[in-house]
Amino acid sequence: MNWTAIGAIYKFEMARTFRSIWQSVVSPVVSTSLYFVVFGAAIGSRIETVEGVDYGAFIVPGLMMLQMLMQSVTNAALGIYFPKFIGTIYELLSAPVSTKEIVIGYVGAAATKSMMIGLIILATAALFVDLQIQHPVAMLAFMVLTCFSFSLMGFIIGIWAGNFEQLNLIPMLVITPLVFLGGAFYSISMLPETWQTIALFNPVVYLVSGFRWSFFGLSDVPVGLSLAAIAVFLVICLVAINAIFRSGWKIRT
Amino acid sequence: MAPIISIKGLEKTYDNGFQALKSVDLDIEEGEVLALLGPNGAGKTTLISIVTGMANKTAGSVTVGGYDSVRDFRQARELIGLVPQEMNIEVFEKVIATVRFSRGLFGKPRDDAKIEEVLKSLTLWDKRDNKLRELSGGMKRRVMIAKALSHEPRILFLDEPTAGVDVELRKEMWEVMKALKAAGVTIILTTHYIEEAEMMADRVAVISKGEILLVKEKDELMKSLGKKVLTIELDQTLTEVPPDLAGQGVELGEDGKSLIYSYDTAAPQTGITDILAGVRASGLKLSDISTHQSSLEDIFVGLVHDQKEDAA
Ligand SMILES: Nc1ncnc2c1ncn2[C@@H]1O[C@H](COP(=O)(O)OP(=O)(O)OP(=O)(O)O)[C@@H](O)[C@H]1O
Ligand SMILES: [Mg+2]
Repeated sequence: MNWTAIGAIYKFEMARTFRSIWQSVVSPVVSTSLYFVVFGAAIGSRIETVEGVDYGAFIVPGLMMLQMLMQSVTNAALGIYFPKFIGTIYELLSAPVSTKEIVIGYVGAAATKSMMIGLIILATAALFVDLQIQHPVAMLAFMVLTCFSFSLMGFIIGIWAGNFEQLNLIPMLVITPLVFLGGAFYSISMLPETWQTIALFNPVVYLVSGFRWSFFGLSDVPVGLSLAAIAVFLVICLVAINAIFRSGWKIRT
Repeated sequence: MAPIISIKGLEKTYDNGFQALKSVDLDIEEGEVLALLGPNGAGKTTLISIVTGMANKTAGSVTVGGYDSVRDFRQARELIGLVPQEMNIEVFEKVIATVRFSRGLFGKPRDDAKIEEVLKSLTLWDKRDNKLRELSGGMKRRVMIAKALSHEPRILFLDEPTAGVDVELRKEMWEVMKALKAAGVTIILTTHYIEEAEMMADRVAVISKGEILLVKEKDELMKSLGKKVLTIELDQTLTEVPPDLAGQGVELGEDGKSLIYSYDTAAPQTGITDILAGVRASGLKLSDISTHQSSLEDIFVGLVHDQKEDAA
């Protein structure tokens, strides 16, 4: 492993993040606050508690998950698409680095950024509602796993995409609906029966459920199942990326 | 001594079925400057891309410093610095950050003194904290070279480094190249400026349509090129060389309206005086006299032209 090279990529990518630090921080803070105003105040006044948890607090894990998923996918996708687009990828291709090292550098940086955003949201939320976290280690573990696996997915999208439309296609068509239907703002048990069954095919439901468990100790699906789901997703992404690089797909001519 | 780069039977067919390289063999010696000449689309960039790892080969083998460019890609690529033909840079980055990044990417530990040395040698030190978009085109090109040199490569590929660069800057780049050569760096240079090749190269390779047409010592090439041709245009049509000029190597032009004489400018006696005396003695009417020195460009154009005729 060429750790110097991995470090160089990671630092370079993180420097990019910190250059636009205000954008990176302000937008999640603003959007989180908006969610609280809209969902917390408007809906929360009707639904006071969900399964014994104050509604304002109840939506925090979902909000974090939602932002971390989206940020992971888009940051990682853009991170690798950008050098491809402007041509600086020549340097990665001619450097003594393996594709594995390139992935670790880019995905690591994208995942770090979305972790940071997750924590910023958590801090912002703590200003609005009383929060206690029952299983902080599990919470961090869920964050790490989620950010890494979805950053991997984003990386795959960035490698695959041939233009900006394609870059936005999957996040728009797949991720957004899954996230919104993933129980970020409600408990699955609040849905009609048919929808409850359908929801179980949505992988995001498992993530949000497990993550919420780490906060309040209550979940829609067993925590073990949540962990298994995210592990399976991670493995799928790893296998996919391996296959892509083996075929040299769309990277080297 | 074993060549530092050895290319054998290298072929490249792009995904669209276009064959850009047809069995290329080329050995590059350590410390030399090799000029790779060829018309647009000849395959120069393709060849460089395969050696440096940007493109996959279809067949053949490449070794760099004895390492297979695919199997031992780490060792092979560590030796190489690449300045690509296209200017690909991140315009929002600072000069020093992007050069430092290149060094790290090649696995070398951070070394600010080295980076300073490289930037100074390219007169970029004053611009180190500028963003790349604040630099002129020539400065950006020098940043590309600084990036390639940041990890102290033993081999440097320069793919048309002086294209679109003004005379002043071109001279500056030549100085940089000379300094690198003096430091023992092997340089492979592609260019469309023949005089650049004449000035910089130890050897010249000509490639066209994916085939190497010639690889020769530049001096040897120039010697065969040191010839000048004297053309005497006549006001009349001859059927044979006049007796006064016979036996002196003078030939009749195809149309019979000119006399052609080749001579070596370096020879002690060019024979021109005798020829002119002969012309006078034979009472020929002249319309014009001209001399032409053949250059690398002539050979180059001639070679590529012959290849086209062969193909036709
Ligand atoms: N990615 C690609 N896919 C298909 N064909 C390609 C690709 N890249 C290059 N070619 C073709 O391969 C041939 C050689 O291209 P190459 O870029 O190596 O030429 P070159 O000698 O560097 O030319 P120039 O002097 O214009 O830079 C050209 O005919 C080009 O169209
Ligand atoms: Mg080229």
